[in-house]
Amino acid sequence: MDFSLTDEQRMLADTLERLIADRVAPEQRRALLEAPAGERSALWQTFAELGLLHMPFAEQVGGLGGDGTDLMLIMQALGRGLVPEAYLAGLVLPGDLLARLGDAGQRKRWLAPLLEGEHQLALAWQEGDARYDAHGIATTACREGDGWRLDGDKQLVLNAASAIALLVTARLDDGRLGLFVVPADAAGLSRRDYRTIDDQSASNLALEAVSLSADACLSADAANALDATLALGRAALCAEAVGTMEVACEQTLDYLKERQQFGTPLSRFQSLQHRMVDMHLHLEQARSMAILAATSLDRPAAERDYRLAAAKAYCGEAARFVAEQAIQLHGGMGMTDECHVSHYAKHLVMFDHYLGDCDHHLEHVSDQLETAA
Amino acid sequence: MNLTYSAEEQAFRREVRGFLATSLPDDIRERVRLGRRLSADDHLRWQTILGERGWLAANWPEEHGGPGWGPVQRHIFDEECAAAHAPTVVPFGVNMVAPVIMTFGSEAQQRHYLPRILANRDWWCQGYSEPGAGSDLASLKTRAVRDGDHYVVTGQKTWTTLGQHANMMFCLVRTDPDARKQAGISFLLIDMASPGITVRPIITLEGAHEVNEVFLDEVRVPVANRIGEEGQGWTCAKFLLTHERTGIAGLGHAKQALRHLKSLATRVQHRGRPLLELASFRQRVVKAELELMALEVTNLRVIAAARDGGAPGAESSLLKVRGSELRQELSDLTRRALGPAALPFFPDFLHGDGELDDPALAESASSAAQYFNRRKLSIYGGANEIQKSIVAKTILGM
Repeated sequence: MDFSLTDEQRMLADTLERLIADRVAPEQRRALLEAPAGERSALWQTFAELGLLHMPFAEQVGGLGGDGTDLMLIMQALGRGLVPEAYLAGLVLPGDLLARLGDAGQRKRWLAPLLEGEHQLALAWQEGDARYDAHGIATTACREGDGWRLDGDKQLVLNAASAIALLVTARLDDGRLGLFVVPADAAGLSRRDYRTIDDQSASNLALEAVSLSADACLSADAANALDATLALGRAALCAEAVGTMEVACEQTLDYLKERQQFGTPLSRFQSLQHRMVDMHLHLEQARSMAILAATSLDRPAAERDYRLAAAKAYCGEAARFVAEQAIQLHGGMGMTDECHVSHYAKHLVMFDHYLGDCDHHLEHVSDQLETAA
Repeated sequence: MNLTYSAEEQAFRREVRGFLATSLPDDIRERVRLGRRLSADDHLRWQTILGERGWLAANWPEEHGGPGWGPVQRHIFDEECAAAHAPTVVPFGVNMVAPVIMTFGSEAQQRHYLPRILANRDWWCQGYSEPGAGSDLASLKTRAVRDGDHYVVTGQKTWTTLGQHANMMFCLVRTDPDARKQAGISFLLIDMASPGITVRPIITLEGAHEVNEVFLDEVRVPVANRIGEEGQGWTCAKFLLTHERTGIAGLGHAKQALRHLKSLATRVQHRGRPLLELASFRQRVVKAELELMALEVTNLRVIAAARDGGAPGAESSLLKVRGSELRQELSDLTRRALGPAALPFFPDFLHGDGELDDPALAESASSAAQYFNRRKLSIYGGANEIQKSIVAKTILGM
């Protein structure tokens, strides 16, 4: 048992902390958010130069072979800065599926430039009626000559507006789950772009008789790979939330020490001290769950998914508690757009709406309670 | 004991319901239902309709033009308004400054201001909080220096709700810097068109412009605009904070929110079944149901006590704490019920006149924004921590 980081990992964390302090201060973050979709930012270029885009991929597919802990450190740093780059949605998730399922040609075309920072991708797995269930989807893929034809609607596709192509899940005639690369300019594909309330770029997609060539199919049986990739995504989100919670707690503590009411700093009131301690407890318990998640990615699927469901549900509750208390303890200031903590709070509350909420994951834990090791 | 409404009260409920069905404009009802911001004109249109019916000043006695309702009727009225998606009456004039003017104002002040409030001619806002004086309101620093027949007022007010529409502000100012904290405060009525006043928007975390900062730079206010004696402002403020707060639980809104939540969670599907059948979600809805049942009876107990002549005191703090917690919980559950559909954010639709061509997006557009907006319930009007201190001190004698 060892909770320590390697020298390389400590260096990675330090480098990221400096980079984000220098380049993603709140004013800079606003500017990044207003940049047009699809333009590669200077920050993304720096990510490429630092090897961050190669880090989470195996050496066999051209990556640096980073593990769950490396990804956790990166995501935690991104969470601390609320960095508006689609590291997870535009790189890690679609890249992980390409690495798992793509053949050499598909990897060369889509994965290699992704790792070089030359383009970004997006993963369209979610549908309105299926809620958080990646398997209960209605989009269909039918054979059409040598190729395929896709029909259906996808919801909440993060980073779609900046992606050169979309990885789209679809139901095949035999009932299995297929995965396809759909170029962003494919005929029959239309997008409705919007921002989420916590400032992510997202789109709803409509696919109407989208014709694809045979090599657009990454897999005609992608269910297990998709589960593994979504597990990776959940671990990443938990780590990111821990970074965001850290800052929300730090800012709240600073505010309690600095804000004077009734002739004394708020931090002298015992009821607020205890609340602050509760926030800290939630943070540390969530950190433990994020570590458990990050180190469980290579376990057998059932064990991995049980732990990931537990971690995601736990972090969802913790994130909401920290967010609500951060706002409450900041008083009216916590309600303002101008106060940074409100942006942290929004992201923490909405954390639950990405890759499955507490109820979704609690149900999984509940169903497996007796059989889980 | 008997918890049922009397035949007269039930008839009154039907009368209110009928009025709302026929008189509330559809466009306003729809904006409220979808959680969209109302324009000043929307508020005025509705308040004019209420005024014509004689129901605008629900809390006023008949002698001043109120309907002469007791606490039970007011409660029924609030409940029906929330159920019908009627806008909440902007409270600063009719429910806040008016009772202060009735109680502490001169006859001339009453004759001037009360009819104007009843006719929707003045839009009032509240000048209480300051950047350094929130929960500790009595530490306010805005100075009013006497100069002949005027006070010269300099300072800064904040969290001024809908101040962007207001032409009048009631304001707590410090007239005696040497007196004990509360004793040096006076209550002034200030014309927002006076030279030296600047109103700046505060954008809240859900992107709305609901509150403002008000800067006062040597604003000349006639001494005749002071309510009560110099130094009596804290008495007026305290009166306002304890006066008739039986509506503070927001029970009508909570009931409407729970109805909406149940209907939503029945329609939303989770793995081919209604979300409401999912155990962990259902359990939280059940808890909210029980909390609401208890709160309704607690609220009725306070209302009945008020009807029988007891002024609600620290009990209103209990109602505020539980009511705000319950409404926040319901807004949390509603956001969660929508799942991924709670994420898309359309500020032009919610906060302006932008339209959404997709009805499904419009239906779910406000849930996350409302959740974040509702965080204010446990902060404003005395944060819940302050309310609990009041209960500890006043009810429990701690």
